[in-house]
Amino acid sequence: MSVATPYVEPAHHEHHELPYSEQLRNNRLGLWLFFTSEAFMFIGLLSSRFYLWGNTRPDLDQTLGLIVTSVLLVSSFFMNRAETAIAHDDRPEFLRSLLITAALGIAFLVGVVGFEWQGHIGPSDGAYGAVLFGMTGMHALHVVSGVIFILIVWNNGRKGSFSAERHWGVEACAIWWHYVDLVWVFFYPALYLMGHVVHG
Amino acid sequence: MILSLGLVRGVIGMIIGAILGMAVTMLIRIGMGLAAWGMEPVSVVGALVGSIGFLLGVGVLTDWIKWMQGKPTPMRHGPPEGKPAWTRYFGTDYNHKVIGIQYTVTGIALLFVAGTLALTFRLELVQPELQYIDTNTFNTFVGAHGIVMIGAILMGVGGLMNYLVPLMIGASDMAFPRLNAFGYWVAVPGALLIVTGIFVGGWDTGWTGYPPLSARAPLGVQMFFLGVYLIGLSSIVGSVNLLTTVTRMRTPGMSLFRMPIFVWAAVATSIIQLTATQLIGLSFLMVLIQRLLGMGFFDPNLTEHAIELNSPPGNVILFQHLFWFYSHPAVYVFILPGLGIISELLPVFCRKPLFGYKWIALSSITIALVGFLVWAHHMFAAGMEDYLRVPFMFATLLVAVPTGVKFFSWTGTLWRGKITLETPMLFVLGSISVFLIGGLTGPPNGTVSTDLFLHDTYWIVGHFHATMFGGFFFPFIAAVYYWFPKVTGRMYDERLGKIHFWISVPGFWVQSLTQAYIGLHGMRRRIADYDPALGIQTGHVLITIAGFAIGISMIIFVYNLVVSARRGEVAVANPWGSRSPEFQIPSPIPEHSYAQPFVVVGEPYDYALPGSTYVNMNPAGLAAGGGGGGGGGGGK
Ligand code: HEM
Ligand SMILES: [Cu+2]
Repeated sequence: MSVATPYVEPAHHEHHELPYSEQLRNNRLGLWLFFTSEAFMFIGLLSSRFYLWGNTRPDLDQTLGLIVTSVLLVSSFFMNRAETAIAHDDRPEFLRSLLITAALGIAFLVGVVGFEWQGHIGPSDGAYGAVLFGMTGMHALHVVSGVIFILIVWNNGRKGSFSAERHWGVEACAIWWHYVDLVWVFFYPALYLMGHVVHG
Repeated sequence: MILSLGLVRGVIGMIIGAILGMAVTMLIRIGMGLAAWGMEPVSVVGALVGSIGFLLGVGVLTDWIKWMQGKPTPMRHGPPEGKPAWTRYFGTDYNHKVIGIQYTVTGIALLFVAGTLALTFRLELVQPELQYIDTNTFNTFVGAHGIVMIGAILMGVGGLMNYLVPLMIGASDMAFPRLNAFGYWVAVPGALLIVTGIFVGGWDTGWTGYPPLSARAPLGVQMFFLGVYLIGLSSIVGSVNLLTTVTRMRTPGMSLFRMPIFVWAAVATSIIQLTATQLIGLSFLMVLIQRLLGMGFFDPNLTEHAIELNSPPGNVILFQHLFWFYSHPAVYVFILPGLGIISELLPVFCRKPLFGYKWIALSSITIALVGFLVWAHHMFAAGMEDYLRVPFMFATLLVAVPTGVKFFSWTGTLWRGKITLETPMLFVLGSISVFLIGGLTGPPNGTVSTDLFLHDTYWIVGHFHATMFGGFFFPFIAAVYYWFPKVTGRMYDERLGKIHFWISVPGFWVQSLTQAYIGLHGMRRRIADYDPALGIQTGHVLITIAGFAIGISMIIFVYNLVVSARRGEVAVANPWGSRSPEFQIPSPIPEHSYAQPFVVVGEPYDYALPGSTYVNMNPAGLAAGGGGGGGGGGGK
């Protein structure tokens, strides 16, 4: 009984490098899987917020919340411009948009860390402090990673590492940035809008 | 010379990194006007930077750093140039087979670390009262035994999946070889940190690290948290890699329902690892920063200012929800690959098709998905929300259904098979018997009314040891024996293998059944002392003897592997007459596994079906001169 047709060693070994287009599709899938994974962490934080805060929320600076949220949303627009630009081989526009995105990201961080964190609530102020700092802190870490990513891509882009056909690095950076942005779209209402403020 | 080993450079990097991290933290603290030495923050930052130092030293980050600088990063293949071939196992290597072996060997090494801890506290339990170790050491050893075993299991799972899955689906390698190497190496500093934790105060929380106890435990608990975090990262990137590989890189003709059953199990496992792992990471991270920064996620006390703000307090039950959301599904991470091995090996040694292939494949996925809905059965006695009890009880009992499907299929496969009892098959049968004990002791825990009595007793200890030995440990051993010839090109010693079996499996029956028995008689888990009036001392003696027997059998196992790898009988390509593609190529498997892609043309497990073929190894129709090398020639 034969369980398989015989194996024959071919005369020469071709090397097993994946073609770029295949590797690109693998990369995309891999990145999205990683997003799925990260989503569970963010959902865990959101659940903690609802578990601990219930239907209440602390009294946060609404104007500040609105400003940082807008800044982050606008930054995604420039990220998109950067990606479109490199797809059209427009390097100056690509580099400029990247820098604007990074600058807006830094502005967001200044808003959260420099202002929100200096407000009347500290990290050790009960569940309000813990969850507020936990959620914004975890998100800010991701924004920082995004800004660093953008700067690396910018630096490589300056040296001409990306072309209209081959710019997976840019694509990954852009999706990462949009993803971090999207997380804030959920965090912002959970922190600033939902539930009511209990006055003493 | 010694510095050419990645592992050595890694450890040096870790030490330098730790010192740097600690120094910088102390400088920052001075800058902030604090006392330079703060035990916890300084050690935690030191451990973190140390881990990065380890990764830099090993060299898994090198290619990525080059990429960031815009430098080319060509793929390396084969053993490192100018060094002996064995050194590749101690450094960064991108071949999935090397990484699989790195995982497996690390797993076995960790089994010994964790086993030694267990035997130590088992000795203490031979007599009532305290003899050899104090209570904090006892507690630390129990917790460290648990978590190091979990690390060992995760490494073993990673080893099986990395080695086997690309071979089984005919992929040239994993989709992301560099990420694969990173996934292995990031777990190593994780394991080192956990072991370090034992020496810096230990932790008296058990492997679950519940606050409020863990919020006050000695410094060791922080090392434990960080270690678990790194191992969790390893699981996550490993599963990203595996899912991408299976989705995108299957060889032509390998449709989903023609994949080897182990690949299904690996996919189900990876789905859990990908998602749930984040939650144990988060829960441990939350305790970690609660300790560092006073963020009271799990602290029921409120500061005066928090009261002015009308803030609600923290809540310890939240921790348990987050923790078990991972840690229940995690038990399926441990067993699904093992159950996959059982289903994979049974048909080979019964010479019969696998009974109900599709059902088995889908049951793995179902177990994984339903497994997400049962976590709170660990919290029936914890003061959790009452209304959650009954839904979680039903969901828990529901998981027994797909698990039952597997048993049914195994029995169906064994039924009237032409069974031969080589060592791998013995361990498969042993696994089924042991997993049965685990499966039968589970439902009483899932039923609220009985669990309130069983919770936190040795019954639970018996239950989960039986599930893990039957669902992971023995199948893992079976797999090591079974694929040993493909890895080393030599056969293991059958006689020693059988001795290993006849000591370890009966030894384990004694161990788990006695654990369950003394649990019913009032023995609490994680307690160093007991009342002799309970009449359970004989039980404790038996468990300890059985534990040592299993330990000795493991030494025989490793001896067998080491000696056989060098002097064993030379193995043929397909010693078991398997239909799986990896058995159609030479032993040991060449660097690039398949020199050309094979094509799947039939069903995987149609053993003894005349004329059926699973894989066509030679689709291009190259001159079939060397014929007959396939499944036909074999030891059976
Ligand atoms: C028929 C299937 C099973 C059922 C109904 C079941 C049910 C349970 C329940 C309700 C508990 C909590 C008991 C308590 O603490 O009071 C428990 C504990 C445990 N089970 Fe299972 N189980 C099953 C299968 C498994 C499997 C397959 C594994 C995996 C390897 C496993 C591993 C564990 C572990 C590790 C614990 C203890 C965790 C701890 O508290 O440290 N169980 N089981
Ligand atoms: Cu469970």
